[in-house]
Amino acid sequence: MTRKRLGQAAFQVFFWSVAAIILFYVLFPFYWAVKTSLTPPGELARTALDWFPDHPVLSNYVEVFRIQPFGRNLLNSLMVAVGTVLVSLLLSAPAAYAFGKFRFMGKRPLLYVILAVSVFPQIAVLPGLYAMVKFLHLYNSWAALILSYLIFTLPFTVWTLTTFVRQIPTELEEAAVVDGASPLVTLFRVLLPVMTPALVTTGLLAFINAWNEFLFALTFTSDNSARTVPVAIGMFTGASQHESPFTLIMAASVVVTVPLIALVFIFQRRIVEGLTAGAVKG
Amino acid sequence: MLDSPDTPAPAKRGRGGILERRRARTALWLLLPTLFAIALVAGYPLFRTIYLSFTDFNISTGDEPHWVGLENYWNVTEDGVNIGLLADPAWWSSVWNTVVLSMVSVGTETLFGLGFALVINSKIKGRGLLRTAILVPWAIPTVVSAQMWSWMYQDSLGIVSSWGRHLGLLEVGQSVVANPNSALWALVAVDVWKTTPFMALLLLAGLQSIPADLYEAARVDGATRLQQFRRITLPLLAPALLVAVIFRTLDALRIFDMPYVMKGNAPETMTMSMYARQQMIDNAQFGMGSSVSVLIFLVIMMFTVAYVTLSRVDVEGTR
Repeated sequence: MTRKRLGQAAFQVFFWSVAAIILFYVLFPFYWAVKTSLTPPGELARTALDWFPDHPVLSNYVEVFRIQPFGRNLLNSLMVAVGTVLVSLLLSAPAAYAFGKFRFMGKRPLLYVILAVSVFPQIAVLPGLYAMVKFLHLYNSWAALILSYLIFTLPFTVWTLTTFVRQIPTELEEAAVVDGASPLVTLFRVLLPVMTPALVTTGLLAFINAWNEFLFALTFTSDNSARTVPVAIGMFTGASQHESPFTLIMAASVVVTVPLIALVFIFQRRIVEGLTAGAVKG
Repeated sequence: MLDSPDTPAPAKRGRGGILERRRARTALWLLLPTLFAIALVAGYPLFRTIYLSFTDFNISTGDEPHWVGLENYWNVTEDGVNIGLLADPAWWSSVWNTVVLSMVSVGTETLFGLGFALVINSKIKGRGLLRTAILVPWAIPTVVSAQMWSWMYQDSLGIVSSWGRHLGLLEVGQSVVANPNSALWALVAVDVWKTTPFMALLLLAGLQSIPADLYEAARVDGATRLQQFRRITLPLLAPALLVAVIFRTLDALRIFDMPYVMKGNAPETMTMSMYARQQMIDNAQFGMGSSVSVLIFLVIMMFTVAYVTLSRVDVEGTR
């Protein structure tokens, strides 16, 4: 009996240490970025390896907005991400309704096509999209990015919303149809109100994907009028070859990451649900 | 994939199928905007890419693309030298880099992810905190994580380099990411850090779907924890594991941003996507770059077919 209890205790200790290691592993790089961002640039060479900031300053956060058009980059990112989410949800809600509640020929192949598009390598459509963006005179604009981001947000939102539509009791839709409501009225008045949590989850994940995108943003923009935050941060290094302004880069990094981490903390449960809904129920 | 059994048709069935047909037509109308958008942003560009891959299109000259057939892929000159893509060592080196990076990274993060998932799934206190904390690397934009790690890998002031010196692995002024022999492994470490959480979440969902009474029964029969893990957890987790691994592999094979930000176009860490973009934009050889894109597309589609076959994705939820 005591041996068993000892074993239990040892097991607990083992688990706790593993948990502590995991916590350190996942959080340390972000902590280190925050710490560096609070270091005065002049002192970096002396204090870079200290575990705690000597006397934290916010000057890097001020600088980042002063020497870089970082505010503009943030605005670009925000508009592009919000635009992408709105367009994706608007298009995919009716599609999810059709996939979730209707029977029709070709449903299975269409779903397969959409699944296939979701694993499209972005690079495979880059040449064609580049030509199209140039042709439509959208190069270096928000619209170019919103349009191109649909390739990865749309399959995801259609797929995930379809999962959610199927979970809505059929009686709800039936009642509306019997009352003679048109399909669009049924969708917007009856189904969407029930689906609000699903829309929030799906929209949030699409937002994060659009916010973080790099390849299209790098290729379809040429200056800060449309350049998004990831490109701005990715190009920070190029400014001065030898001495990368790491205190500034870290400040910029913290600025773009904090809103995401806040979203994640607030919507944690929903995000996990949304991430796993599409993939695991094999 | 989608779990409700058999999609119900709300309208009364069997009345001559007129209602049924009308509903089918409505469904197509509802789908039309999405299908149009997908054709516009995925279908057309893909065909355009395939077409351009058979041309000598160059974006800096601005000339109309000329049809050159398979020359971008396979082109033996009069001197007997093949200057086509399929004979280009730089292409094959980028394939090798990408495959190594994907395989090692996905393998490692599967092990780590399984560890994370098991710890979070156990009934220790504070697992809610742990589950939230592991979302942090996932939420950080890839470009930002690349910069954060570049800073930690920095040769003299980077914390990782300093640990390396303490352990006697690095000399003063050395950095794992600057050294061409270790750079790819340094990038694998970044990718593992960034993507293990996603893997852990997928596996956690798989773990939570295993009925608890199975473990109860095993305990009653006197099975050890290890036996429970090998006989219950692993077999029942296998489907979720497979889906997660293939999902992540497909994602890893198209990696671009992290290596690009950390190493630029350095040959030792160039991935397939980076090679394509270099040909296309930096060298302005749009036709050649399109050929690279087509090859990448074929590689990834092969993996996708494997995915659909192996995991038998059930799109209509009939299982």
